[in-house]
Order: sequence, then C-alpha cells, then structure tokens
Amino acid sequence: MKKVFTRPKSLKRNTFHYCPGCGHSIAHRLICEVIDEMDLQDKAIGVPPPGCSVFAYYYFDVDMVESAHGRGAAVATGIKRAFPEAVVFTYQGDGDLAGIGTAETIHAANRGENITSIFINNAVYGMTGGQMAPTTLAGQTTTTTPYGRDTVLEGHPIKMSEILALVEGAAYIERVAVNSPANIRKAKKAIQKAFQVQLDKRGFAMVEILSPCPTNWKMSPVEAWQWVDNEMTRVFPLGVIKDITSGENAD
Amino acid sequence: MAKVLMTGNAAIGEAAIRAGCQSYFGYPITPQNELTEYMAANLSRRKGCSFIQAESELAAINMVYGASLVGVRAMTSSSSPGISLKQEGISYLAACELPAVIVNMSRGGPGLGSIVAAQSDYFQATRGGGHGDYRTIVLAPSSVQELADLTHKAFDLADKYKIPVIILGDGILGQMMEPVKFSHEVPAELPIRSDALRGAKGRPSKFIRTFTSDPVQLEEINWSLFRRYELIKKDETAYETFLVEDAELVVVAFGIAARIAKGAIRTVRAEGLKVGLLRPITLWPFPDEALKELVKGVKQFLVFEMNMGQMLEDVQLALEGKGEVSFYGRPGGVIPTPSEVARVISRLYYQKGLNR
Repeated sequence: MKKVFTRPKSLKRNTFHYCPGCGHSIAHRLICEVIDEMDLQDKAIGVPPPGCSVFAYYYFDVDMVESAHGRGAAVATGIKRAFPEAVVFTYQGDGDLAGIGTAETIHAANRGENITSIFINNAVYGMTGGQMAPTTLAGQTTTTTPYGRDTVLEGHPIKMSEILALVEGAAYIERVAVNSPANIRKAKKAIQKAFQVQLDKRGFAMVEILSPCPTNWKMSPVEAWQWVDNEMTRVFPLGVIKDITSGENAD
Repeated sequence: MAKVLMTGNAAIGEAAIRAGCQSYFGYPITPQNELTEYMAANLSRRKGCSFIQAESELAAINMVYGASLVGVRAMTSSSSPGISLKQEGISYLAACELPAVIVNMSRGGPGLGSIVAAQSDYFQATRGGGHGDYRTIVLAPSSVQELADLTHKAFDLADKYKIPVIILGDGILGQMMEPVKFSHEVPAELPIRSDALRGAKGRPSKFIRTFTSDPVQLEEINWSLFRRYELIKKDETAYETFLVEDAELVVVAFGIAARIAKGAIRTVRAEGLKVGLLRPITLWPFPDEALKELVKGVKQFLVFEMNMGQMLEDVQLALEGKGEVSFYGRPGGVIPTPSEVARVISRLYYQKGLNR
C-alpha cells in the first residue's frame, strides 16, 4: 500500500504539550515537513524563544538552542556569521519578536542576515497567561486589558511584517494563517520559500503566522479558527508583503 | 617579535586575534572604542572571521552566544553602562556553559556616570553580575602587556572551563600606550570546539537550553556549575606580591590602582617604611589564601580602590577578623596620584605606630 501521510523525519516522537486548537503544533509540523523535503535536517539550527514554544527542542529533531526573550535574531546572526553553512531559523512569538525583540529583529533584517524567522502571531502572551501582546487587536480583552485594548492608552496592534518590508535587507516577508486546510497549505509554501531565500543568500526572510490561541482567547478551537478569519486578518491581511525574488523564477 | 607601542584597547584586539578569536561583536561606548575599531580594521575581513557593530550591547552579547554555540572563539567588549546591558547574555552563557570573553573597560558610575577610569564594577564582575547563581572568571590586568597576556589566557580559560571570562580593565588601561610584546602567532587553523552545535550531521540532534520546569534538575545544573567553580578556585587563582617579605603594612589593590599603589610604595620605602603590595590578578576567584598567609605576619592592611570599597569586602572576608583593615578610595572616576596614596600610607603607618 502506498503511504500518503506520515510523521516528518525531523519531528520527534513526543506528544505536543500545546493546548487543543493551538497553532504551534501545526506550525511545527509544517516546518518539519519543509526541513525534510529540502533535506535540511543535518544543517538546520533552530532558535526557539521563551514562551509556549520554549520546549520546541522536544519536537524538532534538529540542533536547537534556546534564546533569551526577544534575542532570537541576534543569536541567529551570531550562529550564521560564525558558521555560514548552517541553515538557521528562529521561532518567535509576538511578545518576543514584536515587543522585546524589535531592535534585534529590525537590525538583523536591515543587515540582510541570511536567516529565516518564523513569527507566530496569536495576539496574546500565551505562556504567561494571556496578557496584552504588541499585536493584540483594538478592543480585544486580555488579562492586562480587562476593558478591551484602548488604542489611546495602550497603543495599536503593531504590524511587524509591514514594518520589516520597509527595511532594505529584508528579502521575503509573507503573512499566512494556520486556521484552515487551504491556509495551512499556503503557510507551508511560504515557509519553504523563506528557507529557499536563505539558501540562495538573498537576505532576511520572515513568515508571520496568524495562529489561534483558544485557551487565552477563551474560545473553542472552532471559534478561535473563525476569529482569525473574521477579526485578525482584518488588521493583519494575509499575503506576500515583500518578495525581492518575485518575477525572477518562471515557476 | 619586537615590542610595539600600542594602546591597551588595541593590544587586547591583537592578542584576541592571535588567540584565534574568530567573532567579535561590539557597540560604541567610551573608553573602549579603540578595541572595536581595531577589530573592524584587523578582524572583519579575515578569512572565516566575523565582525558586527551591533545595534545594542544586548544584541552584541547574544551574537557572542550564537557564535560560541557553533564553537568559535567569540568576544565582545564594552564599558560599565554597556556591561550592565550584557548581563542578561552573560547569565545565559554561564547557564549554557558556553565560553566567551567579555572586556569591561570600566568607567565612573552609577548611571551614565563619566567616561574616565573607575573601578566601581567590582561587585558586578565578581558576583556573577546577572540573575541566577553563577560566577565568571574575572581577570584584572594592570599594564598593557598584562592586558595582552591575560586576553590570550582568557580565551584558554573560557574554553577549558566552559565559562564566560571577564577582563576587568578601566579607561586608563584601555587608552594608555605602552610597549607590548605578543608571545603567540595567529594560529594557522582557527580552533572549533568539539562540543559545538553545528547541525546533526552523522549524530543525533542536540539542544542547549537553560529553562527547565523541574527544580530538582535545575538544582543539579547549579551544583554541577559550582563543582566546576571549586576547581577554578583551586587551580586558577592568581596574584602578585611586591615587597611583602619584611612588610609591616600591606596595601591590597587591583588593576590600575595597584599600579598607582606601587609608585606610592616606592616613595614610602625610600623613607624607610616597610610597606608591601598584594595585587589580585584574578578577582574571582579571589586570592583568599594569599591573604590568610600574609596575616600570619602582617597586622595592618590598607585596601585602596577607585570606588567606595568593593574589593574591601572580599579582603575582610578572607581575613576572617584577623588583622586590621583600613580603606582609601576615590569614586566617580577621580584618579589619585601616587603621592596622594603615599601620604595616605605613611599617615596610616605612623597612626598605627608601625614605626616603633
């Protein structure tokens, strides 16, 4: 019988600790599928952050090093510059990449570091219990915006992909979501592209993944998937935001 | 090779390159910019090497973390306020047992302070500096030659014990020029640590982390770090003594203050006062044993620092109440002259009746 679906080689046989309906496990699996298909397992070095995905090294069967909060792009820069043969990716949440790590992220992009960032945007600080993230939507209730995020007092949801697209060294920026089979397929293509850009030494690549967090959004998994479509994508529209390779390839 | 005239900052850069340093990440801050500039000129285009002027000290130390992880000799440098920012990364390096060399050409504080030499980062350097239970080896040179020699040694110690090593200098040492001789050539092949994380080729994948949800596991990690620290205390403590054999009073000073104290001691010696010097070269581990030995014959100690009395506490701890300890310090970046220190020494000498 022909095998049509199996566990990716670079995904360890450990049970995910993520909540039901969480987007992390889908994002992990997609990255692992891409690592397998592009034959990167023995060259890849992953840099997970503090947060829900701090245990990513229990799932990815590639070399990994934990980064301090927000410093993923700087750690990845050090790895890549000292060992350019490595294929380096960071895996960062919204508090990490869009809050405490904005400087590291923007400057790594501006230097055109040949690294791939996977940016999980779920509009809350997940592991610490659902506080306001830099990407929390206007009006969204979190534990630190109990009256809803008031943009006058608490600022606006920050659009990192659009910001990074303005940075000269950024080669490829796409925003995807992991809330439907069609979106998941698009997300995988984007991740693949973001690794290819690194292999081709074109510069900084980032895939922003809109990812449901039913636990902290206080929704069922199905409601959370719908909320991504109905609310999040209105503020964070899906699609390619920057691609310097666009039009270069016939495919 | 012949001696060359160099600033202390440049001498560190040259010594680092000769020690096989492959990665340097820095951020401008006075009084250590000559080091970053030396690396930009002499390391950045060298084959297999990398240099980045980072966006912040935080980024620079985390780049060091990444480079150390893949097994190359990596270094960063800064001065006091910038070293505060690096503490996060130093704590992670210590936790992950990653070698690195961090230079602090310290300046007056607290806050933005001043840009001139001070020694007020002693506590920060010798107590770990960042969060958590850990230590770093702290080397305190007092001449440009010693800066060069200890820079090489710092890389060796960092690799040997898998630990961040701090070179604690100051604005004078960094910026003054002295003749220096380098005893090593640039290695033909740059060293790569065998335990580096360089992709899971031909072996199972590995990960390095500091976080664990199991306190018992974290306790064991702490114990293992401290077992190594005991070895370092036993084998790597270094100090210099100067004219202590017949001394009635011993000055304890480190770094540039020890240099000033030596001048002062020569002056008072010429007047017949029996005064010597103990200069810790490793501030951590601190040379307790040397003090315990000295106090068998010497009852008066004068700790002299360019701060309000930080190493003073280590001297008091080492002496365990034996002997009498006095202190003279100038904080904020004021640099005492040898004649000023000589006056302090001789006043103390006569007050304590050591001339009788």
